[in-house]
Amino acid sequence: MAEPAISSVPLENLTISQGMSIALVGNPNAGKSTIFNRLTGLRQKTANYPGVTVEKKVGKLNLSGSLYDLIDLPGIYSLSPQSADESIAVDVLLGRVKGTPQPDLIIAVIDATRLYQGLYLLQQLVELGRPIVIALTMTDDAIIKNISINTRQLQDKFQGVPVCELVATTGKGMRSLDTVIRNTIGKNYPQKNSYWKELRNASNEIQQKIGESSLKLVDIERAIINADPVAIESIQNVLGSETNSELLRYRTELCGSEPPIAVEARVRYSWIKEALPILESKAKAPIRWATKITNWINRPLTATVLFFGLMAIIFQAVFAWATPLMDFIDNTTVGLGTWVQDVIPPGIISSFIADGVIAGVGSVVIFLPQILILFLFIIVLEDTGYLARTAFLMDRAMRATGLSGQSVIPLISGFACAVPGIMATRVIPDRRDRIATILAAPFMTCSARLPVYALLIAAFIPNINVGFANLQGLVLFGLYMLGIIGGIGTALLLKRSALRGPNPTFILALPEFHIPSFRTVLLKLLDRARIFLRRAGTVIFTVAILVWALAYFPRSTNIETERVEAQAQASTVLTGSILETELNTIDNEAAAAQLAQSYLGRMGNWIEPVFTPLGWDWRISAAVIAAFPAREVVVAVLGTIYAVGAEADETSLVERLRSATWPDGRTVFTLPTVLGLLVFFAWCLQCAATLAVIKRETNTWRWPVFAWSYMTAIGYIGALLIYQIGSV
Amino acid sequence: MTLAELSRGDRAQIIAIDSQKNSVQRLMVMGLVEGIEIEFLGRSLGGDPIELLIHGSALSLRQTDARHFTVTIADKKDGS
Repeated sequence: MAEPAISSVPLENLTISQGMSIALVGNPNAGKSTIFNRLTGLRQKTANYPGVTVEKKVGKLNLSGSLYDLIDLPGIYSLSPQSADESIAVDVLLGRVKGTPQPDLIIAVIDATRLYQGLYLLQQLVELGRPIVIALTMTDDAIIKNISINTRQLQDKFQGVPVCELVATTGKGMRSLDTVIRNTIGKNYPQKNSYWKELRNASNEIQQKIGESSLKLVDIERAIINADPVAIESIQNVLGSETNSELLRYRTELCGSEPPIAVEARVRYSWIKEALPILESKAKAPIRWATKITNWINRPLTATVLFFGLMAIIFQAVFAWATPLMDFIDNTTVGLGTWVQDVIPPGIISSFIADGVIAGVGSVVIFLPQILILFLFIIVLEDTGYLARTAFLMDRAMRATGLSGQSVIPLISGFACAVPGIMATRVIPDRRDRIATILAAPFMTCSARLPVYALLIAAFIPNINVGFANLQGLVLFGLYMLGIIGGIGTALLLKRSALRGPNPTFILALPEFHIPSFRTVLLKLLDRARIFLRRAGTVIFTVAILVWALAYFPRSTNIETERVEAQAQASTVLTGSILETELNTIDNEAAAAQLAQSYLGRMGNWIEPVFTPLGWDWRISAAVIAAFPAREVVVAVLGTIYAVGAEADETSLVERLRSATWPDGRTVFTLPTVLGLLVFFAWCLQCAATLAVIKRETNTWRWPVFAWSYMTAIGYIGALLIYQIGSV
Repeated sequence: MTLAELSRGDRAQIIAIDSQKNSVQRLMVMGLVEGIEIEFLGRSLGGDPIELLIHGSALSLRQTDARHFTVTIADKKDGS
């Protein structure tokens, strides 16, 4: 897919450099994405690796006219895979991932302030025997911390691999990285020695036995210590049934009864322990402000106050900043729609453009302000290091729900919108925890539920005080609690059934407080917006068009003729503003009649028996059906159905709802019906965007289908219980 | 004594690891191996997880994992 280029050289004028690709590999928070953003700019995109939900970030790198593919691999600590991220990184580096070529050059990103951990991965990367360069990041931080790194010794210890010192946030050293990349890529590359000699000896012996060099030493090594199935299969092709016993013999010889990964850690870190004093010298540094901040944040009282304070600010921002923008988008869509209906003669085309296309695009774009503001906060929190800190602080409290501290931010985001919340679950390493969080997030009372709550509460809950509290406020608070209970209950239930497994652990590197780079935050934000528009936007738009079609077709010519006649008649007797009002009323009544006999209206009638036990008539049923793609739509649909117009002010709709009756004269909206309807909206998953995002994040339709059925079912049961008990 | 029993400000050396658990192996890959000296930075709200400093990087882990690491205190520092 073509990506916008920001470089001065147009993309088509570049020589595609034999389709060579470069991979960025490094520990989490080592500064990989900053280098990636520096190298690619806007020429990047995010996708998923096939079959897994590990994010695949790719971009184009232009080095003096040669174009390379740059892959940003997930942050990892080791090539002995223990997680999906690590497996993918290894598979990409070994050229085993479909659609991702084996990298022709590895850029090993090493944090100069955390050399100890970085050297572990670096050993394994060098042993791969592929062209590699070392990008030493955070060198400015290292200077402040009085850490000085002997790059010559580093190059020496790693068998001549070139080292580039970078300050990625300012771009210092990027030029020399460019040069080093150009000098290394595509060149002949000698096999390097291993840092685990005993293992290399074993793999050499096996390679001699196999008698061919098609199988690389690293593959054999992975077969011995990681029981890697792909490598084992290739050995089996030659050694046959002997393979497993041979491999086991070597594994026992190397590791005894200890797990191979533990043995590997001991061997590699004992080398690092010896090398480290030569590679770096640390002088006593004055205590940095970052450390002071971190210490201060860690105190129980400040931690708690800060956490709740920050959440309050975020919510304030989401509502204070997003609401005007959303109102603006809403007004623009309505304005555009009205304009289209004025310009194009009434009929199918005008309705399709105004109520279908424009309203459909509007329903996608309306999400953007909230999503972007929320993501801005999440990204800044992540880049400052506070996100990890929050997870650390909240872990104990979250354990009661069966989740870990890493689910806190996704769930809290759900109170504004489930979409960014679900997209933020990527930080959760445990797959089961992640899915449980994804399924709990849509229960949180999102902003789209508020218009529905506001309408029904204002109309039917008396505005009186109960003790100190206002009853309307109490009901709203109860609905928020209902969401939390639903979400946590779901997580607990899932963790005890479908997602049962060993207790998740919580192992997390806690980065020091760090001022995020504007550029990185902006690029990440753009990336999120793009993912949302591409994945969720298409689904929301399609569904919006579908609902428009259901509500528009079939058209009754009788109603239309009657409308025209009634308006003509009104024009002969009435004038001025009275005529205006009368014409409007006739329009609204015709629209209501059209909707009643449309497919949507018929569906409402057809499905009414299903909802009768909940106390809903066909009108509520039709409005609820129309609200499945996006719950906030229900207000507009109720407006149309009750013939006050989709854009009616709330008071006239409230009047109509209060006076609505069944054919036999009973009131439709009794207190049990309303409370049931509120519970239904609290629990039901009426949001196509959420479903689309769940599909993207779980990589299967199974979970969105489950979430939808499950939430609809408990919403229905909740409403049923309340109506039936309340009506006794 | 184990990692889980240290208190804030303590420096300790890891002397033995029960490495059968996957999460323990994960911590070993992140640098918690025998012979390494760590500093105990503190505990989270509610006392768990705990935070350690190894060679300049802060790492957090739960008590259940910390119990698999046997340590000796190199430098006791109460309170602070």
